[in-house]
Amino acid sequence: MSHADDQQGTRRDFLYYATAGAGAVISGAAVWPLVNQMNPSADVLALASIRVDVSAVDPGTQITVLWQGKPVFIRSRTEEEIAEARAVDVNDLPDQNHENANLPTDGPATDENRALTEDGVWLVQMGVCTHLGCVPLGNSGDFHGWFCPCHGSHYDTSGRIRKGPAPRNLPVPVASFVDETTIQLG
Amino acid sequence: MGGIPHDHYEPKSGGEKWLHKRLPIVGLMYDVLMLPTPKNLNWMWIWGIVLVFTLVLQIVTGIVLVMHYVPHVDMAFTSVEHIMRNVNGGHMIRYFHMNGASLFFVAVYAHIFRSLYYGSYKSPREVTWVVGMLMYVLMMGTAFMGYVLPWGQMSFHGTAVITGLFGAIPFIGESVQVWLLGTPNGSIGQPALNRFFSLHYLLPFILLGLTIVHVWAFHTTGNNNPTGVEVRRTSKEDAAKDTLPFWPYFVIKDLFALAVILAVFVAVVGFMPNYLGHPDNYIPANPLVTPSHIVPEWYFLPFYAILRAFDQEVWLVIAVNWLTFGIVDAKFFGVLAMFGAIVVMALAPWLDTSSVRSGRYRPMFKWWFWLFAVNFVLLTWVGARPAEGIYPYIALLGATYWFAYFLVILPLLGVIEKPNTPPATIEDDFNAHYAPKSDGAKPVANPAE
Repeated sequence: MSHADDQQGTRRDFLYYATAGAGAVISGAAVWPLVNQMNPSADVLALASIRVDVSAVDPGTQITVLWQGKPVFIRSRTEEEIAEARAVDVNDLPDQNHENANLPTDGPATDENRALTEDGVWLVQMGVCTHLGCVPLGNSGDFHGWFCPCHGSHYDTSGRIRKGPAPRNLPVPVASFVDETTIQLG
Repeated sequence: MGGIPHDHYEPKSGGEKWLHKRLPIVGLMYDVLMLPTPKNLNWMWIWGIVLVFTLVLQIVTGIVLVMHYVPHVDMAFTSVEHIMRNVNGGHMIRYFHMNGASLFFVAVYAHIFRSLYYGSYKSPREVTWVVGMLMYVLMMGTAFMGYVLPWGQMSFHGTAVITGLFGAIPFIGESVQVWLLGTPNGSIGQPALNRFFSLHYLLPFILLGLTIVHVWAFHTTGNNNPTGVEVRRTSKEDAAKDTLPFWPYFVIKDLFALAVILAVFVAVVGFMPNYLGHPDNYIPANPLVTPSHIVPEWYFLPFYAILRAFDQEVWLVIAVNWLTFGIVDAKFFGVLAMFGAIVVMALAPWLDTSSVRSGRYRPMFKWWFWLFAVNFVLLTWVGARPAEGIYPYIALLGATYWFAYFLVILPLLGVIEKPNTPPATIEDDFNAHYAPKSDGAKPVANPAE
């Protein structure tokens, strides 16, 4: 059938390859929309930013707000918490990157690089454990910061992972003070 | 079908002949129903029927529940409560569906351990085994997505944990997670609920299709049996000495067993319907608060324990992390271990080197098998404990034995073990248990004659 010296055979081979090729392309073109429909839709993608009134947040307490479907911890830290966070040697940390979306991607995980304000009082971070996405509990754990009840990850008072299965520090989202008592997320 | 010689359907009346020429469907049903079945099957061979029954139960109750359920984040929880309080008999239908999942897994674990003990996975039944493993994975996916639908606290945060597993895949993990959940930052919301609902409806029908493939495969090879000795295929008469037709002998036996199991099942559904569930799932989903102790449903616990067993303090995890230049971290290692646990089980036909099929004639294998069964219970128990104190070490021990059983013990036993001699035929085994009556009559009628 498909001997090289057979004129009809080569024409047939060509038709086989052309049909198979066209079939593959058309199948791919047909399947892709069916796969892609599961990606985030336009309304979900429209990034929303929110403003949070933090005037009622006293030192040593935190609030949790929902932003883009995920919890965000906004904490007003005490002097002791700040001092404890700043006493840590970055070289001892499992994740030595600051994980702060407000700064250039590479940088040490110092508390100064993670706190929202220079005095270190305000700490804003995603309330999602970097292990498997549970919401860690505040004021708990071996390092006086956050503790994830799901698989036992301990975060310190700067939200950095210290112990347990989580691989990364709690990420700091894009955030800024728009006036003295209002933080804008996003 | 099948390699065991037996009588086939012969159309007799004119109508039967007319249909048989055009569509041999009666013949197909006859061959399925009259399949020559080893007559020494014990009570561990009933779980297949229980599984088929449960699949049908779940599909029927599920279709009915969908008539009242609303897959929307604002209404899912309320609509389930509506089913529980307002729909006529709705609470019982939901309780049957909810506990039906547990019955499904009780039966599938019994079925799998039966196959592991009697070597049902070995040649020539590898395809039956692998198809079965595929069905088991689909079952787990279906059960997981079903648990999400009531949109309670456990539904929501369980989804966060399980979909978080995909985020652990190096390089592509985050895009996979975004794709699965339909949100740019991998948060869980309406898109996830809606698509899980769609897939939860679809997968049982794929399971139904695979059930046919599974049955087709072992009807081709013939059933295994407690001796692991093959049915004689030398002649129709020899085969008839080793077997009985599936109908009526095994159908009646299986239905009796099903009745006993259903008596227990209905008692659970009627008197303690929430015993196997978690109270937290009767709290509406709240993204801001994680339940203090996230536990999956009991049937996932062994694998959940394996997932959590490997943290970054385990030397193997450290070694793999170093060897892969950090690509495989502790999180991804746990995920690999969890899925790997099922993969090594699916590879059992090629890992078990013993020439003797049934564990009944393998003196050393028996001990390792029962240790494996105990280890399974241990992993189930430790999976429900918090990941603190001594529990992670127990989980690590259990996970290690799981892998050692398939990757080290099964291959080695075939070489070092000296198995006992199985009986020459199934008939011999049967007669040893049920001696032929003194008057020479056969203990059971032989319908092939």
